[in-house]
Amino acid sequence: MRAYLAYLSKRLVQFAVVVFVGINITYLVTHMTPINPVEQSISAATTYGATSPEAIEMMRQSLRQLYGLEGTPWEQYVAFWKRVLVGDFGPSLSAFPTPVSQLILRALPWTVGLLLVSTLLTWILGNLLGGLAGYYRNSRILKAFGVLSMGIHPIPYYVVAFVLLIIFGFLWPVLPISGGATMASDRSNTFAFALDVVVHSILPVLSLMAVGIGGWFMGMRALVSNIVTEDYVVYAELAGVKRGKILRSYVMRNALGPQVTGLALQLGAIFNGAIITEQVFGYPGVGSLLISAVHAGDYSLVLGITTVSIVAVSATVLLIDLLYPLIDPRVEAR
Amino acid sequence: MSTLRILRDLLRYNGEFAVGLMLVLIVLAVAGCSFFSPYPPMDVYVVPPDVPPSWEYPLGTTSRGQDVFWQLTFAIRNTLLFGIVVAALSRVISLLVGLISGYKGGWVDRILMSINDTFVVVPLFPILVLFYFIMRDEMTWAMLAIITALLGWAYDARLIRSIAMSLRTREFTRQAVFSGMSTGKIVFQEHLPFVLPIVFSTTMNNINWSIGIEVTLSVLGFTDINTPTIGGMIYWANQHTAMVSGIWWWITFPILLVIMLFIGLFLLAISMNEYIDPRSRLSRLGGQA
Repeated sequence: MRAYLAYLSKRLVQFAVVVFVGINITYLVTHMTPINPVEQSISAATTYGATSPEAIEMMRQSLRQLYGLEGTPWEQYVAFWKRVLVGDFGPSLSAFPTPVSQLILRALPWTVGLLLVSTLLTWILGNLLGGLAGYYRNSRILKAFGVLSMGIHPIPYYVVAFVLLIIFGFLWPVLPISGGATMASDRSNTFAFALDVVVHSILPVLSLMAVGIGGWFMGMRALVSNIVTEDYVVYAELAGVKRGKILRSYVMRNALGPQVTGLALQLGAIFNGAIITEQVFGYPGVGSLLISAVHAGDYSLVLGITTVSIVAVSATVLLIDLLYPLIDPRVEAR
Repeated sequence: MSTLRILRDLLRYNGEFAVGLMLVLIVLAVAGCSFFSPYPPMDVYVVPPDVPPSWEYPLGTTSRGQDVFWQLTFAIRNTLLFGIVVAALSRVISLLVGLISGYKGGWVDRILMSINDTFVVVPLFPILVLFYFIMRDEMTWAMLAIITALLGWAYDARLIRSIAMSLRTREFTRQAVFSGMSTGKIVFQEHLPFVLPIVFSTTMNNINWSIGIEVTLSVLGFTDINTPTIGGMIYWANQHTAMVSGIWWWITFPILLVIMLFIGLFLLAISMNEYIDPRSRLSRLGGQA
C-alpha cells in the first residue's frame, strides 16, 4: 500500500507539472507574441466603413479586458490563472451571450464518445493482432495485415480521413459523411436515435482506427517476438502447456505493460487526430468547435478549448497511470 | 567507404529500405523539377483552367489556371524543406536534453524529464491553432517551423536519454571522467557518436510528423496560404470545391505524392532501426537471432 501511495504521489506531481507547463505555454503564446491582438481585431472590424474614434476607443477598452491585457504583467498572469482555475472563460463572442464553458460542455460528450470508442477498439484490435502476428510468425494473413497497417500508419489523420471522405462520399456514397446525427431527427425514439449516432460515427471511427492500429500492431509484434525467445516461454512449451495458454498468460500478459504506458504517451497525439477528424466529417465535437471558433475570431472560445483539452488529456493520462498497477503489479514494488 | 558498404547491404537484404529509398528519391526528383518550372509559383491564369490530365498538361490544370505538375513541384519542395528544418531544429533540442539528462541523472534528470513528459502528453494541435489565432497574417513559414520544432522534440529526447544512461555506466565514460574531461566534452565528444544512428532514424519520423502538422494546418487555412505547399494546394482545391465540380486531379495528385513521401520516409526509418538493432539484422541475413 505504501509503495502504491508513493507511486500515486509521483503521478499526481507529474499531472500538476503537465497542467502547469501546458497552461503556461498557452499564456506565453497569447501574451508574448509580438502581435497585438487587440489592434488586429480593431483593424479587422474597421476595414469596412468608417467608425467614430470614441467607438473605437470603447472597443479597444473592452477587447483589452477580454484578452486580459489590463494591469502589470504579474496581475495579468494571476488573472489568467484565476480564470483557468475557475473554468470561467467568459461569454463566447461568436455565440454571444452563451458562456464558453457551456459551449464546450455541449461539444465534449461527442468528442469523448468518439475518442473512447475508437481508441479502445484500435488498442485492443491492434494489440491482439500484433500479439498473434508475433507468435505465429508464418501466418500469411497476419503478414499481409502488417504490411497494410504499416503502409497507412505514417499518413497523418487528415489525409486518411479525407481519402475516406472521398471514397464514401463521392465514389460509393453509402455512409453519412457529415454530422453527428441526422439533422432535425426525432430524438424521442431512443433506439433509432442511438442507431443514427452509431451510423454517423462509423467513418470518423474508421479513419481514427486506420491510422492508429499500425502502431499498436507493430509495437506488440516486436514485444511478443522478443518475449517468445525468453527461457520461461521455451520451458512452458517444452512442458507441454497449450499454445493458446502460453500466448495469453505467458506472452501477451507480459507485453501488455509497455503498451498501456504507450497508450498514455500517445493520448495527446490521438486527441489531436480526433480534432482533425471531427473537422473533416463535420462531427459536432470539440474539434469542430475549435476550428469554427478560429474562423469566427472567437478568442475566449479558442482559449477555453485549448485549456480544457490540456487538462482533460492530462487527467486521462493520470487515470491510465493510476490503473496501471492492476496490469503490472510490479510498479508498486519499484 | 564503409557508409557505401552499409548502403549496399541495406539495398541487398532489406526490401523496406530499397522501397523507401525509391519513393523518397521520386519525391526528391519531383521537388528538383521546381527549378526548371516555366511559371513562377504564385502566378495564376498562366494556363487554361480546369483542363484534365492530357499530353500537354500531364497532371491537368487547376481552376486558378495553374499547371498542377509545376505547382506540385514547388509545393512538395516547400513542404519537404519545412519538414527538414523542423527536424533539424528539434534534433538539436532533443539531443541537448536527452544527452544531458541521461548523463547527469539525479535532479537534473528528474526536472528535465518532467518537462519532457509534459511535451509528450500535452495536445499540441490546439496550441498550434491558438498560436495561429494570435498571429493571423503575421504567421510566416519560418515562424511556424520554429514553433513546431519547439513543440516536437520530446518523444525522441526520451529515447536519446535512455541510450545516454546506459553509456554513462560504460568503462570509457569512467575513464574520461578520471582523466578530467569536462561534462560537455564527455557528452558531445564521447557519447554523441553512439546516439547518432538512432538520431537519423528519428529524424525521418520527425520529418513525417512535422509535414503532417503542416499539411493539416494549411488545409484548414491556418498557415501562410500564399506559400505553395501540399496542404496549401489542397486548401485552394477545397476553396474551389474541386471534388464536387469533378476536378479530381487537383486533389488526387498532391495527396498521392505526399503519401509516397510519408511511406518512403517511414520505411527508411524502420529499416534503419532494424539495422541498428543487430538481432533483427542477423535474422534478415538468414542467421538465427
